[in-house]
Amino acid sequence: MSASTTTTIDIAKIRSEFPVLDQEVNGKPLIYFDNAASSQTVKSVVDALVQFYEKDHANIHRGIHTLAERSTKGFEATRERVHKFINSAEVDEIIFTKGTTESINLVAQSWGSKFLSEGDEILISQLEHHSNIVPWQLAAERTGAIIKVIPINDKGEILMDEYKKLLSSKTKLVAVNYVSNSLGTINPVKEIIELAMAQRATTMIDAAQAAPHVKIDVQNLNCDFLALSSHKMYGPTGVGVLYGRRDLLESMPPYQGGGEMIKDVSFNGTTFNDIPYKFEAGTPNIGEVIAFKYAMDFIENIGHENIQAYENELLEYANIKLSKIQGFTPIGTAENKASVISFLINNVHPYDLGQLLDVKGIAVRTGHHCTQPLMDFLEIDGTVRASFAVYNTKEEIDVFCESLQKIVERFN
Amino acid sequence: MDLIKQRQEEIIEEFAMLDGDMEMTLDYIMELGAELAELPDEARIEDNIVKGCQSKVWLTAELDNDRVQFKADSNTAITKGLVSLLVRTLNQSAPQDVVNAEIYFPQQIGMDRFIGTQRSNGFAAMIKQMKMYALALTAKQES
Ligand SMILES: Cc1ncc(COP(=O)(O)O)c(C=O)c1O
Repeated sequence: MSASTTTTIDIAKIRSEFPVLDQEVNGKPLIYFDNAASSQTVKSVVDALVQFYEKDHANIHRGIHTLAERSTKGFEATRERVHKFINSAEVDEIIFTKGTTESINLVAQSWGSKFLSEGDEILISQLEHHSNIVPWQLAAERTGAIIKVIPINDKGEILMDEYKKLLSSKTKLVAVNYVSNSLGTINPVKEIIELAMAQRATTMIDAAQAAPHVKIDVQNLNCDFLALSSHKMYGPTGVGVLYGRRDLLESMPPYQGGGEMIKDVSFNGTTFNDIPYKFEAGTPNIGEVIAFKYAMDFIENIGHENIQAYENELLEYANIKLSKIQGFTPIGTAENKASVISFLINNVHPYDLGQLLDVKGIAVRTGHHCTQPLMDFLEIDGTVRASFAVYNTKEEIDVFCESLQKIVERFN
Repeated sequence: MDLIKQRQEEIIEEFAMLDGDMEMTLDYIMELGAELAELPDEARIEDNIVKGCQSKVWLTAELDNDRVQFKADSNTAITKGLVSLLVRTLNQSAPQDVVNAEIYFPQQIGMDRFIGTQRSNGFAAMIKQMKMYALALTAKQES
Protein backbone atom coordinates (compact mmCIF):
# COMPACT_ATOMS: atom_id res chain seq x y z
CA MET A 1 0.00 0.00 0.00
CA SER A 2 2.83 2.43 0.71
CA ALA A 3 6.54 2.91 0.55
CA SER A 4 8.52 0.45 2.61
CA THR A 5 10.42 1.38 5.69
CA THR A 6 14.15 1.70 5.54
CA THR A 7 14.89 1.55 9.24
CA THR A 8 15.65 -1.79 10.71
CA ILE A 9 13.19 -1.94 13.54
CA ASP A 10 10.52 -4.60 13.67
CA ILE A 11 7.26 -2.65 13.78
CA ALA A 12 5.02 -5.69 13.88
CA LYS A 13 6.82 -6.88 16.98
CA ILE A 14 6.69 -3.45 18.57
CA ARG A 15 2.97 -3.14 17.87
CA SER A 16 2.35 -6.51 19.47
CA GLU A 17 3.71 -5.03 22.70
CA PHE A 18 0.85 -2.51 22.73
CA PRO A 19 -2.37 -4.51 23.02
CA VAL A 20 -4.37 -1.27 23.18
CA LEU A 21 -3.59 -0.60 19.52
CA ASP A 22 -5.42 -3.74 18.48
CA GLN A 23 -8.97 -2.46 18.70
CA GLU A 24 -11.68 -0.80 16.70
CA VAL A 25 -12.97 2.67 17.46
CA ASN A 26 -16.26 3.61 15.87
CA GLY A 27 -16.04 0.47 13.80
CA LYS A 28 -12.61 1.36 12.35
CA PRO A 29 -9.17 0.16 13.36
CA LEU A 30 -7.77 2.58 15.92
CA ILE A 31 -5.11 4.93 14.61
CA TYR A 32 -3.53 6.66 17.58
CA PHE A 33 -1.82 9.92 16.61
CA ASP A 34 -2.12 11.68 19.96
CA ASN A 35 1.19 10.55 21.33
CA ALA A 36 2.45 13.99 22.28
CA ALA A 37 -0.41 14.24 24.77
CA SER A 38 0.18 10.77 26.12
CA SER A 39 1.67 7.69 24.52
CA GLN A 40 0.21 4.21 24.92
CA THR A 41 1.63 1.97 27.60
CA VAL A 42 3.94 -0.87 26.67
CA LYS A 43 2.87 -4.33 27.86
CA SER A 44 5.93 -4.89 30.04
CA VAL A 45 4.89 -1.83 32.02
CA VAL A 46 1.33 -3.08 32.40
CA ASP A 47 2.69 -6.47 33.49
CA ALA A 48 4.90 -4.80 36.08
CA LEU A 49 1.90 -2.88 37.44
CA VAL A 50 -0.08 -6.10 37.73
CA GLN A 51 2.85 -7.82 39.39
CA PHE A 52 3.11 -5.00 41.91
CA TYR A 53 -0.57 -4.91 42.77
CA GLU A 54 -0.99 -8.67 42.80
CA LYS A 55 2.25 -9.70 44.45
CA ASP A 56 4.42 -6.96 45.88
CA HIS A 57 2.30 -4.09 47.12
CA ALA A 58 3.68 -2.44 50.24
CA ASN A 59 4.77 1.02 51.27
CA ILE A 60 8.41 1.75 50.62
CA HIS A 61 11.34 2.63 52.88
CA ARG A 62 11.12 2.22 56.65
CA GLY A 63 9.56 -1.25 56.37
CA ILE A 64 11.38 -4.38 57.46
CA HIS A 65 9.01 -6.98 56.09
CA THR A 66 9.53 -8.76 52.82
CA LEU A 67 6.98 -6.98 50.67
CA ALA A 68 8.20 -3.57 51.83
CA GLU A 69 11.70 -4.64 50.92
CA ARG A 70 10.60 -5.77 47.46
CA SER A 71 8.71 -2.54 46.80
CA THR A 72 11.60 -0.41 48.01
CA LYS A 73 14.07 -2.29 45.82
CA GLY A 74 11.81 -1.90 42.79
CA PHE A 75 11.31 1.77 43.48
CA GLU A 76 15.00 2.48 43.87
CA ALA A 77 15.80 0.35 40.83
CA THR A 78 13.77 2.81 38.75
CA ARG A 79 15.76 5.68 40.24
CA GLU A 80 18.93 3.92 39.12
CA ARG A 81 17.38 3.40 35.70
CA VAL A 82 16.51 7.10 35.31
CA HIS A 83 20.01 8.04 36.47
CA LYS A 84 21.45 5.95 33.62
CA PHE A 85 18.73 6.97 31.17
CA ILE A 86 19.54 10.67 31.41
CA ASN A 87 23.14 10.17 32.50
CA SER A 88 23.05 12.17 35.71
CA ALA A 89 26.28 12.31 37.67
CA GLU A 90 24.61 10.79 40.71
CA VAL A 91 21.56 8.71 41.42
CA ASP A 92 20.55 11.05 44.27
CA GLU A 93 19.94 13.80 41.75
CA ILE A 94 16.80 12.00 40.56
CA ILE A 95 13.56 13.04 42.27
CA PHE A 96 10.23 11.39 41.57
CA THR A 97 7.25 13.66 41.08
CA LYS A 98 3.86 13.10 39.52
CA GLY A 99 4.89 14.64 36.23
CA THR A 100 6.70 17.41 34.43
CA THR A 101 4.21 19.92 35.79
CA GLU A 102 5.00 19.05 39.37
CA SER A 103 8.73 18.95 38.65
CA ILE A 104 8.65 22.51 37.33
CA ASN A 105 6.44 23.69 40.18
CA LEU A 106 8.85 22.16 42.66
CA VAL A 107 11.71 24.18 41.22
CA ALA A 108 9.65 27.35 40.88
CA GLN A 109 8.53 27.16 44.50
CA SER A 110 11.58 25.78 46.23
CA TRP A 111 14.45 27.19 44.17
CA GLY A 112 12.39 30.28 43.37
CA SER A 113 11.73 31.15 46.98
CA LYS A 114 15.41 30.92 47.84
CA PHE A 115 17.10 32.38 44.78
CA LEU A 116 14.70 34.82 43.17
CA SER A 117 14.32 38.38 44.31
CA GLU A 118 12.91 41.64 43.08
CA GLY A 119 14.10 42.67 39.63
CA ASP A 120 15.64 39.30 38.79
CA GLU A 121 14.79 38.12 35.31
CA ILE A 122 13.36 34.78 34.25
CA LEU A 123 13.66 33.99 30.54
CA ILE A 124 11.17 31.61 28.98
CA SER A 125 10.42 31.14 25.30
CA GLN A 126 7.32 31.91 23.29
CA LEU A 127 7.04 28.15 22.67
CA GLU A 128 6.43 27.07 26.24
CA HIS A 129 3.70 24.81 27.56
CA HIS A 130 1.55 26.45 30.24
CA SER A 131 3.30 24.27 32.80
CA ASN A 132 6.57 26.06 32.03
CA ILE A 133 4.90 29.48 32.16
CA VAL A 134 2.42 29.62 35.01
CA PRO A 135 4.72 28.32 37.79
CA TRP A 136 7.17 31.10 36.87
CA GLN A 137 4.41 33.68 36.84
CA LEU A 138 3.47 32.58 40.34
CA ALA A 139 7.10 32.69 41.44
CA ALA A 140 7.48 36.13 39.89
CA GLU A 141 4.42 37.36 41.76
CA ARG A 142 5.79 36.07 45.05
CA THR A 143 9.31 37.39 44.60
CA GLY A 144 9.05 40.44 42.38
CA ALA A 145 11.07 38.76 39.63
CA ILE A 146 10.26 39.63 36.02
CA ILE A 147 9.46 37.28 33.17
CA LYS A 148 10.93 37.99 29.75
CA VAL A 149 9.94 36.07 26.66
CA ILE A 150 12.44 34.80 24.12
CA PRO A 151 10.87 35.40 20.71
CA ILE A 152 10.57 32.88 17.88
CA ASN A 153 10.33 33.17 14.11
CA ASP A 154 7.33 32.17 11.97
CA LYS A 155 8.70 28.67 11.56
CA GLY A 156 8.57 28.18 15.32
CA GLU A 157 12.30 28.44 16.00
CA ILE A 158 13.82 30.33 18.90
CA LEU A 159 15.60 33.48 17.75
CA MET A 160 19.04 32.94 19.22
CA ASP A 161 20.21 36.49 18.54
CA GLU A 162 17.24 37.87 20.41
CA TYR A 163 17.92 35.41 23.21
CA LYS A 164 21.50 36.66 23.46
CA LYS A 165 20.22 40.23 23.68
CA LEU A 166 17.85 39.34 26.50
CA LEU A 167 20.56 37.63 28.54
CA SER A 168 22.25 39.82 31.10
CA SER A 169 23.62 39.75 34.60
CA LYS A 170 20.01 40.18 35.74
CA THR A 171 19.03 36.84 34.21
CA LYS A 172 18.57 34.43 37.07
CA LEU A 173 16.88 31.60 35.25
CA VAL A 174 16.39 30.34 31.71
CA ALA A 175 13.53 27.84 31.38
CA VAL A 176 12.81 26.37 27.94
CA ASN A 177 11.45 23.22 26.47
CA TYR A 178 13.71 20.79 24.67
CA VAL A 179 11.00 19.90 22.16
CA SER A 180 7.86 21.98 21.61
CA ASN A 181 4.69 19.99 22.16
CA SER A 182 2.62 22.14 19.80
CA LEU A 183 5.00 22.45 16.87
CA GLY A 184 7.61 19.75 17.39
CA THR A 185 10.53 22.18 17.20
CA ILE A 186 13.69 20.68 18.70
CA ASN A 187 15.38 23.60 20.41
CA PRO A 188 19.17 24.04 20.53
CA VAL A 189 19.14 23.55 24.28
CA LYS A 190 22.84 22.86 24.63
CA GLU A 191 23.67 26.22 23.15
CA ILE A 192 20.90 27.89 25.14
CA ILE A 193 22.33 26.45 28.35
CA GLU A 194 25.88 27.41 27.47
CA LEU A 195 24.88 31.02 26.90
CA ALA A 196 22.87 31.08 30.13
CA MET A 197 25.80 29.70 32.09
CA ALA A 198 28.03 32.46 30.80
CA GLN A 199 25.70 34.83 32.67
CA ARG A 200 25.64 32.55 35.73
CA ALA A 201 21.95 31.93 35.15
CA THR A 202 20.32 28.70 36.33
CA THR A 203 18.77 26.53 33.61
CA MET A 204 15.61 24.44 33.63
CA ILE A 205 14.84 22.17 30.69
CA ASP A 206 11.32 20.91 30.11
CA ALA A 207 12.07 17.59 28.43
CA ALA A 208 8.51 16.23 28.53
CA GLN A 209 8.38 15.95 24.74
CA ALA A 210 12.05 15.19 24.23
CA ALA A 211 12.31 12.13 26.45
CA PRO A 212 10.49 9.70 24.13
CA HIS A 213 12.37 10.85 21.03
CA VAL A 214 15.79 12.23 21.85
CA LYS A 215 18.69 10.80 23.87
CA ILE A 216 18.98 13.00 26.93
CA ASP A 217 22.33 13.46 28.64
CA VAL A 218 22.12 15.98 31.44
CA GLN A 219 25.87 16.06 31.97
CA ASN A 220 26.50 16.77 28.34
CA LEU A 221 23.74 19.37 28.28
CA ASN A 222 25.08 20.80 31.52
CA CYS A 223 21.63 21.91 32.64
CA ASP A 224 20.78 22.57 36.28
CA PHE A 225 17.27 21.12 36.21
CA LEU A 226 15.41 18.88 33.80
CA ALA A 227 11.86 17.56 33.95
CA LEU A 228 10.10 14.70 32.19
CA SER A 229 6.90 12.64 32.35
CA SER A 230 6.64 8.86 32.20
CA HIS A 231 3.28 8.83 30.44
CA LYS A 232 4.79 10.36 27.32
CA MET A 233 7.44 7.63 27.25
CA TYR A 234 5.25 4.52 27.04
CA GLY A 235 5.15 4.43 30.83
CA PRO A 236 2.39 4.86 33.42
CA THR A 237 0.63 8.10 34.30
CA GLY A 238 1.31 9.87 37.58
CA VAL A 239 5.10 9.58 37.44
CA GLY A 240 7.54 12.26 36.54
CA VAL A 241 11.15 13.06 37.16
CA LEU A 242 12.98 16.11 38.30
CA TYR A 243 16.69 16.02 37.72
CA GLY A 244 18.60 18.60 39.72
CA ARG A 245 22.26 19.26 40.29
CA ARG A 246 23.24 18.05 43.76
CA ASP A 247 24.56 21.35 45.09
CA LEU A 248 21.41 23.16 44.01
CA LEU A 249 19.06 20.54 45.41
CA GLU A 250 20.93 20.57 48.70
CA SER A 251 20.73 24.32 48.99
CA MET A 252 16.99 24.41 48.29
CA PRO A 253 14.27 24.34 50.97
CA PRO A 254 11.78 21.45 50.96
CA TYR A 255 8.84 21.69 48.59
CA GLN A 256 6.26 19.86 50.68
CA GLY A 257 6.38 18.66 54.23
CA GLY A 258 5.31 15.27 55.49
CA GLY A 259 6.52 11.75 55.93
CA GLU A 260 9.55 10.43 54.08
CA MET A 261 11.19 13.83 53.68
CA ILE A 262 12.34 14.16 57.30
CA LYS A 263 15.14 12.85 59.48
CA ASP A 264 13.71 13.81 62.86
CA VAL A 265 10.53 15.57 63.80
CA SER A 266 9.82 17.23 67.10
CA PHE A 267 7.66 20.16 68.04
CA ASN A 268 10.82 22.12 68.64
CA GLY A 269 11.95 21.67 65.08
CA THR A 270 12.45 19.21 62.30
CA THR A 271 15.52 18.12 60.43
CA PHE A 272 15.11 17.20 56.82
CA ASN A 273 16.18 14.09 55.03
CA ASP A 274 18.95 14.10 52.43
CA ILE A 275 18.24 14.43 48.73
CA PRO A 276 16.40 12.98 46.92
CA TYR A 277 14.08 12.09 49.84
CA LYS A 278 13.90 15.67 51.05
CA PHE A 279 11.74 16.38 48.01
CA GLU A 280 9.60 13.25 48.12
CA ALA A 281 7.10 13.87 50.90
CA GLY A 282 4.39 11.28 51.43
CA THR A 283 3.70 7.95 49.77
CA PRO A 284 4.58 8.21 46.09
CA ASN A 285 3.03 6.40 43.12
CA ILE A 286 5.00 3.28 44.05
CA GLY A 287 3.67 0.77 41.54
CA GLU A 288 3.81 3.26 38.70
CA VAL A 289 7.36 4.29 39.52
CA ILE A 290 8.43 0.63 39.63
CA ALA A 291 6.74 -0.04 36.28
CA PHE A 292 8.24 3.07 34.67
CA LYS A 293 11.59 1.29 34.58
CA TYR A 294 10.25 -1.06 31.93
CA ALA A 295 9.27 1.87 29.71
CA MET A 296 12.85 3.08 29.71
CA ASP A 297 14.03 -0.45 29.00
CA PHE A 298 11.63 -0.57 26.06
CA ILE A 299 12.97 2.69 24.63
CA GLU A 300 16.60 1.75 25.07
CA ASN A 301 16.14 -1.75 23.72
CA ILE A 302 15.03 -0.21 20.45
CA GLY A 303 17.54 2.62 20.81
CA HIS A 304 16.99 6.35 20.60
CA GLU A 305 18.77 6.54 17.27
CA ASN A 306 16.54 3.92 15.73
CA ILE A 307 13.44 5.50 17.18
CA GLN A 308 14.39 8.92 15.89
CA ALA A 309 15.30 7.62 12.45
CA TYR A 310 12.01 5.78 12.14
CA GLU A 311 9.91 8.65 13.46
CA ASN A 312 11.68 11.04 11.10
CA GLU A 313 10.75 8.76 8.27
CA LEU A 314 7.12 8.88 9.37
CA LEU A 315 7.31 12.65 9.68
CA GLU A 316 8.72 13.14 6.19
CA TYR A 317 6.28 10.69 4.70
CA ALA A 318 3.33 12.43 6.34
CA ASN A 319 4.59 15.88 5.34
CA ILE A 320 4.74 14.89 1.69
CA LYS A 321 1.33 13.24 1.70
CA LEU A 322 -0.39 15.99 3.67
CA SER A 323 1.00 18.76 1.48
CA LYS A 324 -1.06 17.32 -1.37
CA ILE A 325 -4.30 17.96 0.50
CA GLN A 326 -6.08 21.07 -0.67
CA GLY A 327 -5.86 23.90 1.83
CA PHE A 328 -3.33 22.14 4.08
CA THR A 329 -1.23 24.62 6.06
CA PRO A 330 1.47 23.25 8.34
CA ILE A 331 1.95 25.23 11.56
CA GLY A 332 5.55 25.05 12.68
CA THR A 333 8.11 24.25 10.04
CA ALA A 334 11.34 24.28 12.00
CA GLU A 335 14.39 22.69 10.38
CA ASN A 336 14.90 20.43 13.34
CA LYS A 337 11.66 18.75 14.34
CA ALA A 338 10.32 15.81 16.30
CA SER A 339 7.48 13.72 14.90
CA VAL A 340 4.74 16.26 15.51
CA ILE A 341 2.66 17.83 12.76
CA SER A 342 0.44 20.73 13.66
CA PHE A 343 -1.75 21.99 10.86
CA LEU A 344 -4.83 23.82 9.72
CA ILE A 345 -7.02 23.19 6.73
CA ASN A 346 -8.74 26.13 5.06
CA ASN A 347 -12.46 26.37 5.79
CA VAL A 348 -12.44 23.54 8.29
CA HIS A 349 -12.31 24.27 11.99
CA PRO A 350 -9.85 22.09 13.97
CA TYR A 351 -12.67 20.83 16.25
CA ASP A 352 -14.67 19.64 13.27
CA LEU A 353 -11.60 17.94 11.84
CA GLY A 354 -10.82 16.28 15.16
CA GLN A 355 -14.30 14.95 15.58
CA LEU A 356 -14.69 13.80 11.99
CA LEU A 357 -11.36 11.99 12.22
CA ASP A 358 -12.44 10.33 15.46
CA VAL A 359 -15.45 8.90 13.68
CA LYS A 360 -12.94 7.24 11.38
CA GLY A 361 -11.08 5.78 14.33
CA ILE A 362 -8.26 8.34 14.19
CA ALA A 363 -7.17 10.07 17.40
CA VAL A 364 -5.57 13.50 16.98
CA ARG A 365 -5.55 16.48 19.29
CA THR A 366 -7.18 19.82 18.54
CA GLY A 367 -6.99 23.16 20.27
CA HIS A 368 -4.25 25.27 21.75
CA HIS A 369 -2.30 22.34 23.25
CA CYS A 370 -1.72 24.26 26.49
CA THR A 371 0.33 26.86 24.61
CA GLN A 372 -1.99 29.84 24.37
CA PRO A 373 0.79 32.45 24.20
CA LEU A 374 2.23 30.55 21.23
CA MET A 375 -1.17 30.46 19.54
CA ASP A 376 -1.54 34.20 20.16
CA PHE A 377 1.83 34.78 18.52
CA LEU A 378 0.76 32.69 15.52
CA GLU A 379 -2.60 34.53 15.54
CA ILE A 380 -4.64 31.35 15.56
CA ASP A 381 -7.00 29.76 18.08
CA GLY A 382 -5.48 26.34 17.78
CA THR A 383 -4.39 23.59 15.43
CA VAL A 384 -4.96 19.96 14.66
CA ARG A 385 -1.98 18.01 15.89
CA ALA A 386 -0.92 14.57 14.76
CA SER A 387 2.03 13.20 16.70
CA PHE A 388 3.71 9.92 15.92
CA ALA A 389 5.26 7.29 18.15
CA VAL A 390 7.48 4.36 17.36
CA TYR A 391 4.47 2.03 16.90
CA ASN A 392 2.84 4.13 14.20
CA THR A 393 3.12 3.14 10.55
CA LYS A 394 3.07 4.60 7.07
CA GLU A 395 -0.08 2.60 6.40
CA GLU A 396 -1.76 4.50 9.22
CA ILE A 397 -0.58 7.76 7.70
CA ASP A 398 -2.09 6.66 4.38
CA VAL A 399 -5.47 6.05 6.02
CA PHE A 400 -5.18 9.34 7.90
CA CYS A 401 -4.48 11.29 4.71
CA GLU A 402 -7.26 9.55 2.79
CA SER A 403 -9.69 10.33 5.59
CA LEU A 404 -8.59 13.95 5.71
CA GLN A 405 -8.97 14.20 1.96
CA LYS A 406 -12.56 12.97 2.19
CA ILE A 407 -13.39 15.41 4.98
CA VAL A 408 -11.87 18.30 3.05
CA GLU A 409 -13.87 17.37 -0.05
CA ARG A 410 -17.05 17.44 1.98
CA PHE A 411 -16.37 21.01 3.05
CA ASN A 412 -15.48 22.32 -0.41
CA MET B 1 -49.13 18.06 20.96
CA ASP B 2 -47.37 21.35 21.60
CA LEU B 3 -45.00 22.71 19.01
CA ILE B 4 -41.82 22.12 21.01
CA LYS B 5 -42.70 18.52 21.61
CA GLN B 6 -43.71 18.03 18.01
CA ARG B 7 -40.40 19.40 16.73
CA GLN B 8 -38.49 17.12 19.06
CA GLU B 9 -40.44 14.10 17.88
CA GLU B 10 -39.55 15.00 14.29
CA ILE B 11 -35.88 15.21 15.17
CA ILE B 12 -35.99 11.87 16.99
CA GLU B 13 -37.62 10.26 13.97
CA GLU B 14 -35.09 11.69 11.53
CA PHE B 15 -32.16 10.55 13.60
CA ALA B 16 -33.62 7.09 14.02
CA MET B 17 -33.35 6.68 10.26
CA LEU B 18 -29.60 7.15 10.49
CA ASP B 19 -29.44 3.91 12.41
CA GLY B 20 -26.78 5.06 14.84
CA ASP B 21 -24.16 5.41 12.09
CA MET B 22 -21.79 8.02 13.50
CA GLU B 23 -20.44 9.24 10.21
CA MET B 24 -23.88 9.69 8.68
CA THR B 25 -25.17 11.28 11.85
CA LEU B 26 -22.42 13.90 11.95
CA ASP B 27 -22.90 14.48 8.25
CA TYR B 28 -26.58 15.07 8.80
CA ILE B 29 -25.92 17.42 11.71
CA MET B 30 -23.56 19.48 9.57
CA GLU B 31 -26.11 19.56 6.77
CA LEU B 32 -28.74 20.92 9.14
CA GLY B 33 -26.25 23.51 10.32
CA ALA B 34 -25.57 24.63 6.78
CA GLU B 35 -29.30 25.23 6.29
CA LEU B 36 -29.60 27.41 9.37
CA ALA B 37 -30.87 30.91 8.60
CA GLU B 38 -27.98 33.31 8.36
CA LEU B 39 -27.04 35.41 11.34
CA PRO B 40 -26.50 39.06 10.33
CA ASP B 41 -22.88 40.17 10.58
CA GLU B 42 -23.70 42.84 13.14
CA ALA B 43 -24.99 40.12 15.48
CA ARG B 44 -21.63 38.40 15.51
CA ILE B 45 -20.44 40.30 18.55
CA GLU B 46 -18.92 39.33 21.86
CA ASP B 47 -22.19 39.99 23.72
CA ASN B 48 -23.98 37.32 21.72
CA ILE B 49 -21.42 34.59 22.34
CA VAL B 50 -22.67 31.71 24.48
CA LYS B 51 -20.34 31.27 27.42
CA GLY B 52 -19.24 27.74 28.18
CA CYS B 53 -18.86 26.53 24.61
CA GLN B 54 -15.45 25.50 23.34
CA SER B 55 -16.34 26.59 19.84
CA LYS B 56 -17.74 30.03 19.26
CA VAL B 57 -21.52 30.13 19.23
CA TRP B 58 -23.48 33.34 18.61
CA LEU B 59 -27.09 33.39 19.61
CA THR B 60 -29.77 36.09 19.36
CA ALA B 61 -33.47 36.13 20.19
CA GLU B 62 -36.24 38.56 19.37
CA LEU B 63 -40.00 38.65 19.50
CA ASP B 64 -41.97 38.35 16.31
CA ASN B 65 -45.73 38.40 16.78
CA ASP B 66 -45.30 37.25 20.37
CA ARG B 67 -43.21 34.29 19.29
CA VAL B 68 -39.49 33.89 19.89
CA GLN B 69 -37.21 34.06 16.89
CA PHE B 70 -33.80 32.59 17.61
CA LYS B 71 -30.88 33.08 15.29
CA ALA B 72 -27.54 31.36 15.73
CA ASP B 73 -24.20 30.66 14.16
CA SER B 74 -20.97 28.91 15.07
CA ASN B 75 -17.42 28.83 13.79
CA THR B 76 -17.49 25.03 13.69
CA ALA B 77 -19.78 23.07 11.40
CA ILE B 78 -20.77 20.39 13.91
CA THR B 79 -21.63 22.86 16.65
CA LYS B 80 -23.59 24.90 14.16
CA GLY B 81 -25.60 21.79 13.37
CA LEU B 82 -26.20 21.15 17.05
CA VAL B 83 -27.41 24.66 17.74
CA SER B 84 -29.62 24.44 14.66
CA LEU B 85 -31.46 21.55 16.33
CA LEU B 86 -32.23 23.78 19.28
CA VAL B 87 -33.25 26.72 17.13
CA ARG B 88 -35.58 24.43 15.23
CA THR B 89 -37.05 23.04 18.44
CA LEU B 90 -37.64 26.32 20.18
CA ASN B 91 -38.34 28.78 17.38
CA GLN B 92 -41.80 30.25 16.98
CA SER B 93 -43.00 29.25 20.40
CA ALA B 94 -44.24 31.65 23.04
CA PRO B 95 -41.42 32.84 25.32
CA GLN B 96 -43.06 31.28 28.35
CA ASP B 97 -43.21 27.91 26.57
CA VAL B 98 -39.50 28.15 25.81
CA VAL B 99 -38.78 28.90 29.45
CA ASN B 100 -40.80 25.86 30.51
CA ALA B 101 -39.66 23.56 27.71
CA GLU B 102 -38.32 20.17 28.55
CA ILE B 103 -35.60 19.36 26.02
CA TYR B 104 -35.49 15.58 25.80
CA PHE B 105 -34.44 14.86 22.23
CA PRO B 106 -30.68 14.76 22.97
CA GLN B 107 -31.06 11.69 25.20
CA GLN B 108 -33.45 10.08 22.72
CA ILE B 109 -31.09 10.44 19.78
CA GLY B 110 -28.15 9.31 21.93
CA MET B 111 -26.33 12.57 21.50
CA ASP B 112 -23.72 11.80 24.16
CA ARG B 113 -22.40 9.12 21.80
CA PHE B 114 -21.44 11.57 19.12
CA ILE B 115 -20.58 14.65 21.11
CA GLY B 116 -17.97 14.47 23.80
CA THR B 117 -18.16 15.82 27.33
CA GLN B 118 -16.86 19.20 26.23
CA ARG B 119 -19.56 19.64 23.65
CA SER B 120 -22.24 18.29 26.00
CA ASN B 121 -21.42 21.06 28.43
CA GLY B 122 -21.53 23.52 25.58
CA PHE B 123 -24.89 22.18 24.49
CA ALA B 124 -26.30 22.60 27.99
CA ALA B 125 -24.96 26.16 27.99
CA MET B 126 -26.81 26.86 24.74
CA ILE B 127 -30.11 25.61 26.16
CA LYS B 128 -29.61 27.70 29.26
CA GLN B 129 -28.86 30.78 27.19
CA MET B 130 -31.95 30.28 25.04
CA LYS B 131 -34.14 30.01 28.13
CA MET B 132 -32.57 33.14 29.59
CA TYR B 133 -33.31 35.03 26.41
CA ALA B 134 -36.89 33.75 26.48
CA LEU B 135 -37.27 34.77 30.10
CA ALA B 136 -36.08 38.27 29.25
CA LEU B 137 -38.60 38.35 26.42
CA THR B 138 -41.48 37.39 28.72
CA ALA B 139 -40.58 40.37 30.87
CA LYS B 140 -40.61 42.53 27.77
CA GLN B 141 -44.03 41.17 26.81
CA GLU B 142 -45.46 42.04 30.19
CA SER B 143 -44.21 45.59 30.18
C1 LIG C 1 6.32 20.43 26.60
C2 LIG C 1 5.48 19.98 27.76
N1 LIG C 1 5.76 20.41 28.99
C3 LIG C 1 5.05 20.01 30.04
C4 LIG C 1 3.97 19.16 29.93
C5 LIG C 1 3.21 18.77 31.15
O1 LIG C 1 3.40 17.43 31.41
P1 LIG C 1 2.51 16.67 32.51
O2 LIG C 1 1.09 16.97 32.15
O3 LIG C 1 2.86 15.24 32.33
O4 LIG C 1 2.88 17.21 33.83
C6 LIG C 1 3.64 18.69 28.67
C7 LIG C 1 2.47 17.81 28.50
O5 LIG C 1 1.67 17.97 27.60
C8 LIG C 1 4.41 19.11 27.56
O6 LIG C 1 4.11 18.68 26.33
